[in-house]
Amino acid sequence: MSSDQDHLKETDTEARFEFKKEQKAAFAAEKGLTEETIRVISEDKDEPEWMLERRLRALKQYQKMPMPTDWPGQPDLSKVDVDEIVPYIRPDVEVRGGVDDWRDLPDDIKDTFDKLGIPEAEKNALSGVGAQYESEVVYQNMQERWEEKGVVFMNMDQAVQEHEDIVKEYFMTKCVPPSDNKFAALHGAIWSGGSFVYVPEDTTVDMPVQAYFRMNSEGMGQFEHTLIVAEKGSEVHYIEGCSAPKYSAFNLHSGGVEVFVGEDAHVQYSTVQNWSKNTYNLNTKRAIVEKNGRMEWISGSMGSKATMLYPASILKGRGASDNHITIAFAGEGQNIDTGAKVYHNAPDTKSTIESKSISKDGGRTNYRGLVHIANGATNSSTAVECDALMFDNESTSDTMPYMEINESTVDVAHEATVGKIGDEDIFYLQSRGLDDDDAKQMIVSGFIEPITEELPIEYAVELNRLVELEMEGSLG
Amino acid sequence: MATLEIKNLHARVAEEDGEQILRGVDLEVKSGEIHALMGPNGSGKSTTSKIIAGHPAYEVTDGEILLHLEEGDFGDVDIPDDARTWNLLELEPNERAALGIFLGFQYPAEIEGVTMTNFLRTALNAKLDEREELLFGDDEEEEEEDVGYDTSPMEGNVDDGEIGVAEFQKLLKEKMDLLDMDEKFMQRYLNAGFSGGEKKQNEVLQAAILEPSIAVLDEIDSGLDIDRLQDVSKGINALRDEQGTGILQITHYQRILEYVEPDHVHIMLDGKVVKSGDASLASELEDKGYDWVREEVYEAA
Repeated sequence: MSSDQDHLKETDTEARFEFKKEQKAAFAAEKGLTEETIRVISEDKDEPEWMLERRLRALKQYQKMPMPTDWPGQPDLSKVDVDEIVPYIRPDVEVRGGVDDWRDLPDDIKDTFDKLGIPEAEKNALSGVGAQYESEVVYQNMQERWEEKGVVFMNMDQAVQEHEDIVKEYFMTKCVPPSDNKFAALHGAIWSGGSFVYVPEDTTVDMPVQAYFRMNSEGMGQFEHTLIVAEKGSEVHYIEGCSAPKYSAFNLHSGGVEVFVGEDAHVQYSTVQNWSKNTYNLNTKRAIVEKNGRMEWISGSMGSKATMLYPASILKGRGASDNHITIAFAGEGQNIDTGAKVYHNAPDTKSTIESKSISKDGGRTNYRGLVHIANGATNSSTAVECDALMFDNESTSDTMPYMEINESTVDVAHEATVGKIGDEDIFYLQSRGLDDDDAKQMIVSGFIEPITEELPIEYAVELNRLVELEMEGSLG
Repeated sequence: MATLEIKNLHARVAEEDGEQILRGVDLEVKSGEIHALMGPNGSGKSTTSKIIAGHPAYEVTDGEILLHLEEGDFGDVDIPDDARTWNLLELEPNERAALGIFLGFQYPAEIEGVTMTNFLRTALNAKLDEREELLFGDDEEEEEEDVGYDTSPMEGNVDDGEIGVAEFQKLLKEKMDLLDMDEKFMQRYLNAGFSGGEKKQNEVLQAAILEPSIAVLDEIDSGLDIDRLQDVSKGINALRDEQGTGILQITHYQRILEYVEPDHVHIMLDGKVVKSGDASLASELEDKGYDWVREEVYEAA
């Protein structure tokens, strides 16, 4: 290392230190994110000017927009403490807000990893404790193979540097603009990390991306951004996160996901996320689907204090289609507000939404959905199915399916069932030799089977194990 | 040879001011025997069957249900002397199942997402585990170590002494051949979308897999056409002939008894067994109806 670089490094550290001090001082007097914070993030990442400008515009949006408060039955966000985030947005600590060492994780999180039977290296990666390179060799091989085809998978921060043109075109411009909602604006201002996926025309990536990618990705950020661009005729399955708990030192996670599904392309985005139970999980995920393209959202929402998440597809081209499978699990003190949105903006578009929720010990799940069929979207069809399963009389489940139909030649179906876990069903299984807990577990595994069958086997296993642990009440 | 002994059983619906349904039921069923329990609607037949299996909707107010076991009831498993007689009313439904009680449901639950194969193997392993624990205590149970999944993870963890996937598949195929069942069944979800006949056949299959000492079959003949009735009957006879299961066959009609010939027939009225006899009693009922029994019983009283 040259002395110049040493010097640079020193200055950086000093700058960081200064920043930290200032913020701490400013903090007591004045709450909230400041322009200065954003500038430091951007500078530290060595971002191009346009990205800084986008961040700053997003910050202005954020400051202008009110908190969502007037939705029926929405989670209480009054305890969301954005101000608390500020001292953590120091460039010298990974913005994901993870801890530095496995040993510093809370016991309940470590315990969960143990119960899931996940190796320590992976535990570290999953909990955000540093990047791991265990599967580097595999990853390198895969990477070379894809690179030859022009496929790109990389960290989002890195993509800003290395694929500036694509990022500049697509990043929070057409799909999720910061003006979309308060937390999209917040995300736009302070986003960091995440994944960038680019699949060129007529290229099929025939194995799920994140399965090997996650091991040396930068971990799951607190405000990570995922941008997937699938060109005409391409195909990719991206898996975000995993069923293991994600520990965060502070209480807000606000990710952003943007997916561009080209003509005749097919993208599957799968995620099973389990947040530590102090987290407010407020995300914006959206896809734009061109002619005859197909988008599939498979989402499992577990953990968190409150979640608000409604993956959306905009069916822009004729014959575009969308398929949603979502599952939510709420235990004591949790409010999981999730669902799906689909905009049918072209003729012959098709969507299906299958939403499942489980609540127990006073937990609350909501299905909040919107299907919009625009005037002119002739011969479109949508089918929405919501099933809620409750364990006891203290738990709550609500279904709020909004349908805005502006066209007459369409086919719209909605079906909702809400049920308490059936005593007769449990008795039936008990009479065959299963004890009470195993019987309930079996019913729940069956209930979530539509999602597990869509996931690669190792994710499905983790999901099942996780649900099992939730049911035993043995997670923190 | 196991014996199920029901003595003076009184029971009511388990809620405030719940209706008294059973008013002194006495019955004894040994493995290897076929008993028919007949009676009009509302006489307490189904309630009896559910109470034997431990349904929580009923409260037993008097009487007892005992299960007597003998050496050899569980193959070559030694049954300790002090574990020969069990008061079923003190046991959970799964514990009763573990000791060899099986209830065939009139309306079996439909469980989406759970394949027949997964369900049956899980049930069989759970039953064997529980039986071991009941007979020999759980002293040897140590801190369970998660050994992970060495087969398909969807099949659950593999422990020592469990029936593995391959072995189970073989057993299953054998039993299904015996019952002339289509193998496609096994990948379907438990009872989900099954026709009435398929559900009943499935109940018999489960009894064949779990090999109970005593199987109580609650109106397994209802809603079956003649072909299906013959299939199901064949299965029931096989339970008795192949594995020595004692059958308590609950039915309204004599029809099934043409195919499953009972050793004993009992008639239930108003929560009691009022008359017992051999197979000829069923034919008599067919000719004369239940009023005849009612008159006879109440005139005598």
